Amino acid sequence: MAKHILSVLVENHAGVLSRVAGLFSRRGFNIDSLAVGITENPEVSRMTIVVDGDEYTVEQVSKQLNKLINVIRVKKLEAQDSVRRELALIKVNASASTRSEIIQIVEIFRAKIVDVSKNTLTIEVSGDEEKVGALEDMLKQFGIKEIVRTGLIALERGNRHIKANNNDEE
Amino acid sequence: MKVTGAQAIIKALEIENVTHIFGYPGAAICPFYNALLDSNIKHILTRHEQGAAHAANGYARVTGKTGVCVATSGPGATNLITGIATAYMDSIPIVAITGQVPTNLIGRDVFQEADITGATAPFCKHNYLVKNVEDLPRILKEAFHIASSGRPGPVLIDVPIDVQNSELHFKYPEEIDIRGYKPTYKGHPLQIKRIAEAIEKAKFPVICAGGGIISGKARDELMELVIKCNIPVVTTLMGIGSIPTDHEMCLGMLGSHGSYFANYAIHNADLIIIMGARVGDRAMASANKIAEKASIIHIDIDPAEIGKNIDVEIPVVGDVKSILQDLLQVVKKGDTDEWLEKIRKVRQEHTAKRKGTDEDIDQDGAVKPKFLLKMLSKMMEDDDAVITTEVGQNQIWAANNLTIRKPGKFITSGGMGTMGYGLPAAVGAKVGCPNTRVITISGDGSFQMSLQELGTIKQHKLGIKIVILNNSRLGMVRELQKMKYCSRYSHVSLEDNPDFVKLAYAYGINGERITKNFEVEDALKRMLSDDKAYLLDCVVDPEEPTL
Ligand SMILES: Cc1ncc(C[n+]2csc(CCOP(=O)(O)OP(=O)(O)O)c2C)c(N)n1
Repeated sequence: MAKHILSVLVENHAGVLSRVAGLFSRRGFNIDSLAVGITENPEVSRMTIVVDGDEYTVEQVSKQLNKLINVIRVKKLEAQDSVRRELALIKVNASASTRSEIIQIVEIFRAKIVDVSKNTLTIEVSGDEEKVGALEDMLKQFGIKEIVRTGLIALERGNRHIKANNNDEE
Repeated sequence: MKVTGAQAIIKALEIENVTHIFGYPGAAICPFYNALLDSNIKHILTRHEQGAAHAANGYARVTGKTGVCVATSGPGATNLITGIATAYMDSIPIVAITGQVPTNLIGRDVFQEADITGATAPFCKHNYLVKNVEDLPRILKEAFHIASSGRPGPVLIDVPIDVQNSELHFKYPEEIDIRGYKPTYKGHPLQIKRIAEAIEKAKFPVICAGGGIISGKARDELMELVIKCNIPVVTTLMGIGSIPTDHEMCLGMLGSHGSYFANYAIHNADLIIIMGARVGDRAMASANKIAEKASIIHIDIDPAEIGKNIDVEIPVVGDVKSILQDLLQVVKKGDTDEWLEKIRKVRQEHTAKRKGTDEDIDQDGAVKPKFLLKMLSKMMEDDDAVITTEVGQNQIWAANNLTIRKPGKFITSGGMGTMGYGLPAAVGAKVGCPNTRVITISGDGSFQMSLQELGTIKQHKLGIKIVILNNSRLGMVRELQKMKYCSRYSHVSLEDNPDFVKLAYAYGINGERITKNFEVEDALKRMLSDDKAYLLDCVVDPEEPTL
C-alpha cells in the first residue's frame, strides 16, 4: 500500500491531538507516523501525518479530518513537490575495532555522532525515510541497541504554502 | 455587572431562545439548577438522563430548534451517552450541558468523575471542557452554532462546578468565527448545471430523499422538482415525511426493510439523485452494484458523506434547500412517462398479490399490527399527529404502514436503532408541540427500556398516546433467529412481562389491553377520544412477519 503525507493545520488547543488520533483508530485508518509542533502562529500547530492506504482511504481521512472543528486545513503533499525530513537517534554497539568503521559510515551519510561511551556511539541523522532506513541498515551489522525516530515532517517546496487564516495559497 | 458561570449559562440559553430544557440534577450541576430558578426557562425532569437526551432530540425534531439536556457529572453524564450518540447518528441538533468535578480535582478519579469529553468525542459533533469561566459565553455561542448549522449534531459542554461558581463579566459575543468550521451552503453552479443535464437525459430517474430534506427544510423545493420533472421518490427511514407517503410519486422506504417498489425503482433506475442521505448499509446494501447500473448524483451538506459508501458521478456539497432552489431555475423536464408506467404496473401487480393479506384478515385473531397502523392513519386523516417509534418490528411496521404527510411527523432512531428512544422522544415532541397529538408506537421490549418516563409524562401532564405492539418477544431479533439461525431462539422471550395496563395505572395513566383484531377500531377510538395520556397494549402474534 502507498504512503501519503497529509499536512494538517490545527488549533493549538488541549485535546486536539487525541481527537485526531482517536479519529484514525475509530474509523480504522492506519497512521504510519504523526509529528506535531507549533507553527509561526502560536495559536496554530501543524501535524504531519503519514497514512497508509489507497486514494480512497486518503480522501476519507482528509474529509473526516476536515470535519473536526479544531482542524483548520488539510492538505495532501505530493512527494516530489515537498521537502521531507525525519530525525532519528541511533545507539549502536561500538568496540575499539569497529569504531572507526562506524565513524566512516556516519560521515558518508552526513550524520553526526552526538554521544560516545566505551561500548556505544549514538548517532543523529536527519533525512527522508530512505536515508534514515539506509543508515539503519548499514549500522545493523554492529548491533543496534536503541532507535528513536520522530516521524516524518514535510513542507511544500518553493512559494506554495498553506495558510491558517484564509484559503489562499501562493 | 458580574454573574456566576452558572448564571452565564442560563443567560446564554435565554439569548439562544431556549424555552424548555430536559434534565436530571446532581451535586456537580447544582449551581446551574440554582440559577435556573431565577429564569423563565421550563425544565422537564425526566426519570433517567438518557430520557433527557432523547427528549431533547424529539423536541429538536418537532420544533426545528436545538434541544437542550442537562446532567450532573459522572453517572449522570455517562447516562447521556446513548442519547448523544443517537442524536449524532441521525444528525439532530442538541446541546448537552454536564456538571464536572472541580477543576483542581480533574483526572484524579474523585467521586463522580468521568472524562465525558473523552468518552463522547467519537459521537459528538464537537465538545468542550470549560476550564476558564470567561470562556463560557463564547463556548455557548459556538455550541449552539455548531449544533444547528451545517450538518446538525450534538455538542457537549462539560462545566466543572468551580467554573459554575466563579464570576465573570457577561458579554455574549455577537459574532463567531471558528476557523476550522465553515460549512458550505451554496452548491457549485457548474455541478448544478450537470444535475439539470442528467435529469433531462434520464429515462428512469429516481430521487432518494433522506433526513437532510427534513432538517434542511427543503420539502417544498423537493415537491416542486418532483412535480416539475415527474420523478418518483423513495425515502430512507430518516426521510419519511419528506414527501407525503400517500403521494402518487412516493414509492415508500427503500432498503432491507423497505417497500418492494422502492427497491425495484432503485435497482432499475438509470439515474439516482440522493439528497441528504448517507447511503447507510441498511438502505443500500449493494451500493456499488447499484452504482454500476445507474449514474449517481449525491447532494449533501457534509462532504464526508459523498463518495463514502457509493461511487458518485456528480457530487454536490451544500445545503439541499439552496441547491434545489438553484436547480429549479435551470432544470427542464425529461421524458419519464415509460418509467412511471412501468412503476405503476409493478405496483399494481404487487398490490394485487398482497390482496387478502391486508384486507381479509381474521378479525378473531390476534391484533395485526399492519391493520392497526393503517386504521390509526385512517382515523387521523386530518390530524397533524407526531408519531415516534421504538426499534424493531414496531418501527418497521410503523414506517411502512402509517401515512405520514409532513416532515417532522415521523420520529425514529434511524442511524443507531436505539431501543428506548420512542417514549422519551415523544416526551420531547409533546413538550415542543403541546397542541399536537403525539403517539408513540412501541414494542414490549423497547418500552421496558424507558418505561420510567411514564413518571415524566404524568408529572408534566403530557397527553401522550402509547401503543404497545406486544408480542412478548424481542420480535425483530426473534425473526432474525428464525430466518438465519434455523429457529434456534436464543433469549428473545419476554414471556413474564408485567401487565402494562396496570403499570400505567400505577403511574396514574389510563389504558386498556386488547387481544383481538375486531377490538382495534373501538380501542383506537377510545384512545383518541381525549388528549390525556393513554396506554394501549395490543397482543400481537409472535410469528407476525415484519414485511
Ligand atoms: C439498546 C438496544 N439494545 C438492543 C438492540 C437490538 N435489537 C434490535 S430490535 C430488538 C428487539 C426489539 O423488541 P421489541 O421492542 O419488543 O420490538 P419488536 O421487534 O417486538 O416490535 C433488539 C433487541 C437495540 N436495537 N437497541
